[in-house]
Amino acid sequence: MTRTVFSLAAIAALSSLSLLGQQPPAGQPAQPPQNPDINLVITGPGGPPKLAITPFVAVSNDAETVAAAKTIGDVLYDDINYEREYYMIGKDAIATIPRSSSIDEVPLDRWKELNADGLIVGSVQKTGSGILVRMRMIRVSNGQTVLGKEYSGSIANPRQYAHTISDEIFMQQLTLRGVARTKLAFTSDRDAERMLSPENRDIKEIYFADYDGANARRVTVSKTLNVAPAWSPDGQALAYSSWRPAGQFGTFQDVIISYIYKGVRQTPANGSPDKQNYLPAWSPDGTKVAFTLSQGGNQEIYVMNKDGSGLRRLTNNPDIDTSPTWSPTGTQIAWVSGRSGNPQVYIMNADGTGQRKLTNESWADRPTWSRGVFNEIAYAARTGAGFDIKIYSFSTGQTMNVTDGIGSNESPAFSPNGRHLAFVSTRNGKAQIFTIDRDGKNLRQITREGNNGYPNWSQ
Amino acid sequence: MRHTRFAVIAILIAAVSVGACGKKKPPVARPLPPPPAPTTPSTTATRPPAPPEPVPETSAIPPEPTIKDDPMAGDLDTINKNSPFQPVFFALDSYEVDGGGQQALTTNAGILKKYPTWIITIEGHCDERGTAEYNLALGEKRALAAKTYLVSLGVPADRVRTVSYGKEFPFDPGHDEGAWSKNRRAHFVVTSK
Repeated sequence: MTRTVFSLAAIAALSSLSLLGQQPPAGQPAQPPQNPDINLVITGPGGPPKLAITPFVAVSNDAETVAAAKTIGDVLYDDINYEREYYMIGKDAIATIPRSSSIDEVPLDRWKELNADGLIVGSVQKTGSGILVRMRMIRVSNGQTVLGKEYSGSIANPRQYAHTISDEIFMQQLTLRGVARTKLAFTSDRDAERMLSPENRDIKEIYFADYDGANARRVTVSKTLNVAPAWSPDGQALAYSSWRPAGQFGTFQDVIISYIYKGVRQTPANGSPDKQNYLPAWSPDGTKVAFTLSQGGNQEIYVMNKDGSGLRRLTNNPDIDTSPTWSPTGTQIAWVSGRSGNPQVYIMNADGTGQRKLTNESWADRPTWSRGVFNEIAYAARTGAGFDIKIYSFSTGQTMNVTDGIGSNESPAFSPNGRHLAFVSTRNGKAQIFTIDRDGKNLRQITREGNNGYPNWSQ
Repeated sequence: MRHTRFAVIAILIAAVSVGACGKKKPPVARPLPPPPAPTTPSTTATRPPAPPEPVPETSAIPPEPTIKDDPMAGDLDTINKNSPFQPVFFALDSYEVDGGGQQALTTNAGILKKYPTWIITIEGHCDERGTAEYNLALGEKRALAAKTYLVSLGVPADRVRTVSYGKEFPFDPGHDEGAWSKNRRAHFVVTSK
């Protein structure tokens, strides 16, 4: 019953979002909608609720279970902390309270002394086929369990249990779509040295990882240049641009769609001596792909069905048109054009009509349209020697800075809830992927190997 | 080191075959230097530098001077390593071929006339002061601008392919104008001969 209520609330939130995409209202919701079932929501007196995440209890003493319990507790802390909805009680303070041997024995009085409003306890138990993970979220004032869950499955990736718990807590407590189970795709040369051969002097491949950078995996094996991966809305496929050497015929740029869990690849846009295809962007319904098609060196924005049929040109200008991104409802496309003399972000209707300029920078590129409750577009803008990430708000007509001039910062990509951005920065030397909140706080480094670029956040 | 060895072998093979054709001698196995020993980067790194290769002892007909003087007789890797083509450099954010670029392209057009079977790919490159995505298009415009000028000098369009690498593979990894000016370029590669 409560589940139904939550689902309805989520749908209501989504519907209001669709309206925002069409007609920017004057005001802007500062916070996500509150959960109507107040009895199960942990609140703080005045400020954000104070939350303690206790180390997960390993029910047996074997090393595997102990390690899994530690991982789940640590990752859950990072996941919950990431959305900045709770005041997180420090691990040192938590360590002053004796560890329970069971999640059913909770010393509420001790947690009250720490002024905790909420408490998360959990356990990991080995089973015949894997592990059983239990968690409870408890209101400290009265000991009520506001959320209790059990998960059983493989022990291979304990982090995934923490990510699932985190997403469920945010949805139940705040009707907020967490990002803990989302993925980041990107381009990297981290394996290039190992793969280099005389014919292939330059290699970059597509990779993806969990949103926090863990579990990085390589997708492409083409030993050429592969850039700009884009997640299909269902998270099952990556579209990307791939360079294909063709001897005397030159080198062709294809748009490839790789169904990464099935191992199936399709090439909806084939390069040829006269045609290059790059920078694909999925429509929000997953049926179409907008991309840059350069015919005879004149780049224009095109849309095709994901199987390559129904090709249609949207722009018609002799200067550069590239870098498309869709609005959350799929009715508009933002892209970059050099038609005014230097690269600027433009927007148009999805049929190519109503083209207008959005930015006035000395160089603006790679717009990313927020799919969250905030009706805004982020992009990279030249600021002095390098670039910084900026956000344009349709609601206020204002532009705000996200990064602060440290290193060069570019290629932003919004998280599905619109609260975070992945981007590329040289602030620590080589080009690495970072994430940051839309207000410029909560910076985290995601990649650490090689040079990395073109991040894209799964929906 | 390896490239030098290959070049020596290539010249010898060329000399031998030319000599054989010219004199119509029956094919005779001629002493050739052994192929370069396969070396892995790790072993070459730890070993002291190898002594110079002994000049292969041969009583074969001396190579034709034209071939000996022409590194363009080698394979594509050798040609591109000793590329006769001049790169075309560009100003920041620009894909306009300036006076220096026109001179380079005039030289390059002459080379293409000298080797009428060659097909080339012009790679467009950009510096790190542009964004990765837009640079893919800008590099393409640079390669195309170089091609258009070559074609205006009489080079057939179907002998010139273009591709952009944006700022993905800089020639100079530095972070100053000295590096950037080298990285804003149209780079010429022979893809067929």
